[in-house]
Amino acid sequence: MGSAPDELEVSLWRGGEAGRYEAYRVPLKENQTVLDLVTWIQRYLDPTLSYRFACRVGMCGSCAMTVDGRPRWTCRTLVAKILKGRRLEIGPLQNLPVIKDLAADMRPFFEKWQRAKGVFAPSQTRREAPAKIPPQSALRIAADAAIECINCGICYAACDSVRWNRDYLGPAALNRAWTLLNDARDKGNAERLRAVSGKDGCHNCHSHQSCERHCPKALNPTASIAGLKRKTLEAYLTGRIAG
Amino acid sequence: MSARTLGHRRDPLWLAALLHRLSGVALAAFLPVHFLVLGLAIGGGGRLEGFLRWSEEPLVRLAEGGLVFLFTLHLLGGLRLLWIENFPWRGGQTGIALLAALVSAAAAFFFLLILF
Repeated sequence: MGSAPDELEVSLWRGGEAGRYEAYRVPLKENQTVLDLVTWIQRYLDPTLSYRFACRVGMCGSCAMTVDGRPRWTCRTLVAKILKGRRLEIGPLQNLPVIKDLAADMRPFFEKWQRAKGVFAPSQTRREAPAKIPPQSALRIAADAAIECINCGICYAACDSVRWNRDYLGPAALNRAWTLLNDARDKGNAERLRAVSGKDGCHNCHSHQSCERHCPKALNPTASIAGLKRKTLEAYLTGRIAG
Repeated sequence: MSARTLGHRRDPLWLAALLHRLSGVALAAFLPVHFLVLGLAIGGGGRLEGFLRWSEEPLVRLAEGGLVFLFTLHLLGGLRLLWIENFPWRGGQTGIALLAALVSAAAAFFFLLILF
């Protein structure tokens, strides 16, 4: 399918796991995002197209898709910045089941947050005074470096360790575990270290750094996972977790 | 999905991991051959002498240069990973991986320079 100079050929994944790419012609406009392309197709060409978005400003993490082979947050990805030629291919996030069209099923992703003990375990009650955490303490600096995750699943989709072991907890869940491990107010670390050091835990990571390369918030889950590897080794050597 | 679904595999650090894996497999395949050759020394050195004379052929020496490249690449790649996993994070890993490849190529080059 050819396209006029002011048009773009956009191939979208249609259907479920056994779907296929279908091509659409979309007018090119200034400052157009990848999400704008998808929305235009749904509004003007095919209202049955399924995709997911909410905030449109890079906060909610719901609009991630595979764009020309790379996972991206589509609401903040300008077409002009990534376009090579006159064609774009947009599919659902990889390493996750496809619900329909561009909507991936995020349940395995969030289930792994639970498995990695990514939930805050308070050591105090609301009746006690708020904990004082010096912003310059080593623990707080380590937690701050990893805390801005928006749960978009891009790192998970870019991770070959997830592709090779579908039970691997993945970069986002382990990054979350690392922030809690460095949270002085949390009391769940013994259980958390056991959870992240199991056979599907942090030691599956091959340090490809694809998660860091693609994270739209410029976080570095590989560094967090490396931190977990050190902490779990330390816990093993001191007898706090079993081998 | 289409052939374009694996864009992250074009990134330098992914390629570094691939080369580390492939060099490891190549070295693992070489090791039994190496021991087999050493085994030729058992029961008289005649066969070993013959092999050593053959190993002076230019093509075999060139292959030895390749072996030095693979060994250095695997060693430096492994040290980089051990550093990542056992010490506080250090940025610039792409540059470090590239440096490891350049040092490996230089080591193989100087090895061949000495041989020829």
